[in-house]
Amino acid sequence: MRFDDEPAPGDPFRILPGHYSTGRFERVLRAGKFAVSAELSPPDSADPEEVYARARVFDGYVDAINATDGSGANCHMSSVGVCALLTRKGYSTVMQISCRDRNRLAIQGDVLGAAAMGVANVMCLTGDGVQAGDHPMAKPVFDLDAVSLVATVKSMRDESHFQSGRRLTTPPRLFIGAADNPFVPPLEYRVERLRKKIAAGAQFIQTQYCFDVPRLKEYMSRVRDLGLHEQAFIVVGTGPLASANAARWIRDHVPGVHIPDAVIKRLEGVTKPRLEGRKLCMEIIQEIRQIEGVAGVHVMAYRQEESVAELVDASGVLEGRVPWYPGLKENTNIKRATG
Amino acid sequence: MYIVRRWSVRNAGLLETVYDGFERLLVAMHPVLNAIGYSRLERPVAAAEKVVKGFLFDCQMCGQCALSYTGMSCPMNCPKQLRNGPCGGVRANGNCEVKPEMPCVWVEAWEGSRRMKHGDAIHSVQVAVDFSLAGRSYWLITAREKYAQQHPLEESRA
Repeated sequence: MRFDDEPAPGDPFRILPGHYSTGRFERVLRAGKFAVSAELSPPDSADPEEVYARARVFDGYVDAINATDGSGANCHMSSVGVCALLTRKGYSTVMQISCRDRNRLAIQGDVLGAAAMGVANVMCLTGDGVQAGDHPMAKPVFDLDAVSLVATVKSMRDESHFQSGRRLTTPPRLFIGAADNPFVPPLEYRVERLRKKIAAGAQFIQTQYCFDVPRLKEYMSRVRDLGLHEQAFIVVGTGPLASANAARWIRDHVPGVHIPDAVIKRLEGVTKPRLEGRKLCMEIIQEIRQIEGVAGVHVMAYRQEESVAELVDASGVLEGRVPWYPGLKENTNIKRATG
Repeated sequence: MYIVRRWSVRNAGLLETVYDGFERLLVAMHPVLNAIGYSRLERPVAAAEKVVKGFLFDCQMCGQCALSYTGMSCPMNCPKQLRNGPCGGVRANGNCEVKPEMPCVWVEAWEGSRRMKHGDAIHSVQVAVDFSLAGRSYWLITAREKYAQQHPLEESRA
């Protein structure tokens, strides 16, 4: 999928009226397409080729690639570094910013640096506690929280100043995102918290893994009641589970992932759990697609990244559309399932 | 005092009423406080505030009290010191991701706020914490600032 005013790969898009960023992700969402984003887990390596290889598996199937920022409080290449590399090739990146590791000086500096390198989307999140990861001895920072981080980035962009009030000569042209978790307590407060994030300036939301569609439906019905789906693009997260044991491990060790017992039972009862996990994920994507107010899906296929293309293809949510990627030739026709 | 902290959340409505009266008293006392000198009062009042709010809320003396917005559950007791609601890591039983034995400060805040007259203040966006205010008496800040709001002309003369 190319836009009429498609720039050379790596160059910024012209900012259309009513748009905020120089990026492709905002273009796709505002064009009303059901967007697909995927999570790239940054390597434990200083080799750029490892980053490119991890992005390449998504080619032609995703509109944006999220670079996680020390997800699960495990140390990896920084999201700034990953995004800087990927934007060189023209990829649309979502730079995740966690409040756990950096204070407001470092974060605002990174936001400017990232925007200068072509990053057009940021996703602001609290971050998992250090106890969850490989460096439990680290000092947790949490100088900002996710909401004040969103507000800070927004004021950098719209009012062109740091939190201190000092002026920026050129503001970062960013599409501002936030995370949300509709699946954990206090459930009735979650939508209110979403509303707060949107009030602070969030324009798109990427949610935690959805394995519980009924709970998502309840949440979305409240979102629609408040009209929040018209104020921000809600992109729902999901991903394939490798086995019942993996699901149990995730539930016990990864903060905030809600996996119903029925899902684990389903994976237990089959001979090829990996295949079943992917089938389940594809079904969830299709169900998510049907929910009014959902603008896209965010696939987090940790250690199964190669399955994203197949999952997205089989779900049919792209409806024949081929998202841009570095090797995309004009008029590419890829045979695709349609929704 | 964990037991007291939880009592405070359960009685958020009562504490709200008590504090409203106390705040009115503080604001009314501004001329007296001002005559004595705020800088002279800072240490003893901050010390008293720390004792009272420490007992009731496990107050951390951030100097920008949010209890009225957070159902009388002090957000500085959240291991991530979140000021705008719970993180995504809350456990299925409502306990904290970082301290599994502790109920999430924000699950409590939400419940406390439902018991308060102005509990909907929990929905307002809170700006980032100003760490340069840590240790300062919020009571004195409130007395001075609210008095100034209520008497704009008088303050401008002073």
